[in-house]
Amino acid sequence: MSDLLLVSTRKGLFSVKRTANGRWAVADVAFLGDNVTLALADPRDGRRYAALDHGHFGAKLHRSADGGASWEEVGVPAYPEPPEGHVETDPFGRPIPWKLQRIWSLEPGHGTQPGVLWAGTLPGGLFRSGDHGASWSLVRSLWDRPERRAWMGGGTDVPGIHSICVDPRDGARVTVAVSCGGVWRTEDGGATWACRAQGMRAAYMPPERAYDPNVQDPHRVVQCPARPDVFWSQHHNGVFRSLDDCASWEELAEVPVSGFGFAVAVHPSDPATAWLVPGVDDQRRIPVDAKVVVLRTRDGGRSFQTLRKGLPQKHAYDLVFRHALAVDSTGERLAFGSTTGSLWVTEDGGDAWMTVAEHLPPVYAVQFG
Amino acid sequence: MPRVSFTANLQRHVPCPPCTVDGRTTREALDQAFGLYPRLRGYVLDEHGALRHHVVVFVNGQAVSGLLDPLGESDEVVVMQALSGG
Repeated sequence: MSDLLLVSTRKGLFSVKRTANGRWAVADVAFLGDNVTLALADPRDGRRYAALDHGHFGAKLHRSADGGASWEEVGVPAYPEPPEGHVETDPFGRPIPWKLQRIWSLEPGHGTQPGVLWAGTLPGGLFRSGDHGASWSLVRSLWDRPERRAWMGGGTDVPGIHSICVDPRDGARVTVAVSCGGVWRTEDGGATWACRAQGMRAAYMPPERAYDPNVQDPHRVVQCPARPDVFWSQHHNGVFRSLDDCASWEELAEVPVSGFGFAVAVHPSDPATAWLVPGVDDQRRIPVDAKVVVLRTRDGGRSFQTLRKGLPQKHAYDLVFRHALAVDSTGERLAFGSTTGSLWVTEDGGDAWMTVAEHLPPVYAVQFG
Repeated sequence: MPRVSFTANLQRHVPCPPCTVDGRTTREALDQAFGLYPRLRGYVLDEHGALRHHVVVFVNGQAVSGLLDPLGESDEVVVMQALSGG
């Protein structure tokens, strides 16, 4: 059970802690004024990482070995020079520079691989570090796949890797999800890759391409730690689940409120329990009826409860980004933050929510420490 | 010798007070400044050594588009952030 939240925002990294009286409150802020796009508290060694995007001055990565008391800048994923004369374009002919634009996902390697980190980036490169982020290598085996050239931007001009799932049974098995490029799996530590998005459907493509695995836009993919064959995805146009280790995906037909959203969380020990934060649709990106709700299923997606207690039900226009919903190791505590600076926590699996903050900067990511 | 200074917006991330260098081109002058402040390089240049998209360089008050022009003994190089970047 965690009493700490790392909340990455447009204007800093906020530590939110549970106090003795059971309330959650901002304890401190690092990088105040800077754009913190992601943070990671590595459960293997306690190190913390913060990914920053300085805009003019590029993306950076900082590391703390003392619980956030002090930070040092470490290495950043860097793309190699493309071959001489090589001009890379997306399927529509728009250029894709081989340059880091943003660190869009950051995950620890397996428990047997201390120091290993994985980073997903815009414009679509996966990077691996073996030294706690001091240096990074582009995973060429995925970058050089011909299918990668067909990936498209989803919400950004260029494609990006936003989800990285390291199989708790075997650290060589890593699953990544791409907007827009489907779901990709390595079984050999990154030497070879296969697309594993069969069954996903893309409503934004011409009908004959709707089931093309390589065009799918899974906004977020998560893996159940206790039942690693089970994955959940909040996709651009629906909710999908895989029970067979991403060999196939099933679209859930009975999702109430809206099938659109960005975030999904799965219970750490119960693969049938998951949470989503729906939005009205991809055109408007606001809560349905201006009411913030969380969807919870406890039966693998056959039915959902719409959770509202403690959440604003009038004139609320909060959007929850893909990394801004988190569940702790018990599955009882969850937290999510919004683009309009609200932060909510539940301690009973979502039955009731507490408002922690209403005026934070736009929240990009929430993680339990 | 040419003098190189950096926008105050960079000082917040990497301390980099003005310095005098003996580079013969703008590029050499910047490289020497990066020798003094190694972490600064990644803030001004991208991973391929190109000036970042929203970073601009002035020499004696004039914006320059390339970094290979020769520098004189008393030239002033100023690295700023472009307003185009927001």
